[in-house]
Amino acid sequence: MQKLVEIASNVSNGTLSASAVVEQYLAQISAREPEIHAFNLVTADQARLDAAKIDIDIKAGKEVGALAGVPIALKDNMCTRGVETTCSSKILQGWKPPYDATVVTKLRAAGAVIVGKTNLDEFAMGSSTENSAFGPTRNPHDISRVPGGSSGGSAAAVSAGFAAASLGSDTGGSIRQPAALCGVVGVKPTYGLVSRYGLVAFASSLDQIGPFTNDVRDAATLLEVISGHDPMDSTSIPQPAPSLVSVLDQGVKGMRIGRVTDLPEGCETDVLERLEAAFDALRSAGATIVDVELPSLQYCLTAYYLIAPAEASSNLARYDGVRYGNRVDAADLNAMYAATREAGFGEEVKRRIMLGTYALSAGYYDAYYGKALKVRRLISDDFARAYKDVDTILTPTSPSTAFKFGSKTENPLAMYLCDVFTIPTNLAGHPAMSVPFGVGLDSMPVGVQVLASTLGEQAMFKVAAELERAS
Amino acid sequence: MAEKISQETVIKVSRLARLSLTSDEAEKMTSQLAGMLEHFRDIDALDLADVEPMTQPYPLKNVLREDVVAPSLDRDEVLGQAPAAESGRFRVPPTIGFDV
Repeated sequence: MQKLVEIASNVSNGTLSASAVVEQYLAQISAREPEIHAFNLVTADQARLDAAKIDIDIKAGKEVGALAGVPIALKDNMCTRGVETTCSSKILQGWKPPYDATVVTKLRAAGAVIVGKTNLDEFAMGSSTENSAFGPTRNPHDISRVPGGSSGGSAAAVSAGFAAASLGSDTGGSIRQPAALCGVVGVKPTYGLVSRYGLVAFASSLDQIGPFTNDVRDAATLLEVISGHDPMDSTSIPQPAPSLVSVLDQGVKGMRIGRVTDLPEGCETDVLERLEAAFDALRSAGATIVDVELPSLQYCLTAYYLIAPAEASSNLARYDGVRYGNRVDAADLNAMYAATREAGFGEEVKRRIMLGTYALSAGYYDAYYGKALKVRRLISDDFARAYKDVDTILTPTSPSTAFKFGSKTENPLAMYLCDVFTIPTNLAGHPAMSVPFGVGLDSMPVGVQVLASTLGEQAMFKVAAELERAS
Repeated sequence: MAEKISQETVIKVSRLARLSLTSDEAEKMTSQLAGMLEHFRDIDALDLADVEPMTQPYPLKNVLREDVVAPSLDRDEVLGQAPAAESGRFRVPPTIGFDV
């Protein structure tokens, strides 16, 4: 696997042409994409044009950015002007956004070459990409297994060498869980660190964009490029983003790493063994392991699966067959809305809209949504207490390695349990990242999750870099 | 917490959500939602009386931009992606004179 930073450096100094790089990645896509199905759309022609433009700029002595010539894939819920953006849903199939997401503008300005739009669970609702309207993505390590989700296409694209890096979105674990299952690095930044302008909204108080890469340095580099305040996103944090690459070699000597003593049950033992190995590695590198209690964590699934569907039911009201996407004609407006939405949304999306509408409806609001918001506060308070004693916390990313297709599709709750270790971070608005740390009994990748407090990305990346050195 | 969700409630909620579920879908949805809501009763054990609800993780208030003219989306490009448009506007089916 080529490192993003090496590609950018070699393209910038003229030892490698951006065109040659993009051809190499397109060749890999041609070879393996038919079995993996990481993409909804490969933008090969545009990628070649963009790469040629970078080569011309370099020959002309023009300044090129930190990602010069780096092939990057985008989750297909990020708007790309004039290029189909579907969210893997029939309701948006064929839609060409009239604007670019801020992250897309930033990537282009930094010289990145966008190679395509990656598959996801419809509207990012799922943990396996099996909910895509266009068919599932397969795990490059074993195509009989899921890549995780919802950003399964973005994780698989990096794992299979279809792109040097990719972007995903994470509402309850949708970057970190597929990163763990596909053996790549995946980062969910602090809520508000990366602009969401142009990211199709799922649950607005939880969604955040972040990178998938082959290593920690690449993740730090890419996150630095896409971070920063954006006036187009009212939830964007109005202060400078932390410097990340500069801390990677600082080590973890003297750092305090939290071990959760009351971790929710249900984690496979081989995954827990890798977590213990990670603690050992950090201890050997000079960190102190400190026990922390997060008693409210056991309620995170309930809080999340009330709050996220409630917000989704509101956000997805916009798919009404009027302004964009597809319409099913009917005699009057309300019949048109219902026919359009019935035909356009898949089963899981309907289930979450129903759950969310129910949780918000008169008579049930206080019992469900209102309570969930209070539980969210308890979880946030638990973390605040814990972070008085520790700099970061280590947990598994996913309770298991990649599972087989179909093994959880008939039981929505079993699928939701995949997110039990990743959800708390989104509820609190904190950063967390998954770092590959060995394999399980089935030889599939295992990820260890590093959590930190709001804007604690520097501590998180120091620990991640140390884990990578030890793995 | 509330009683077990009925199919009648599911159908009512589907109307609120502007979904025209088939009867098979409504039946399956009723049993799946009932299962989830049962699981969600775990939070009933918590004493939440004095807990402040948390609606967002990073509290920013009154985020306003400077009141200066800036480019907006191109109208033709936007309408070009609509299912139906006419004379610079979105076109919709009749909105009055029908049962809602």
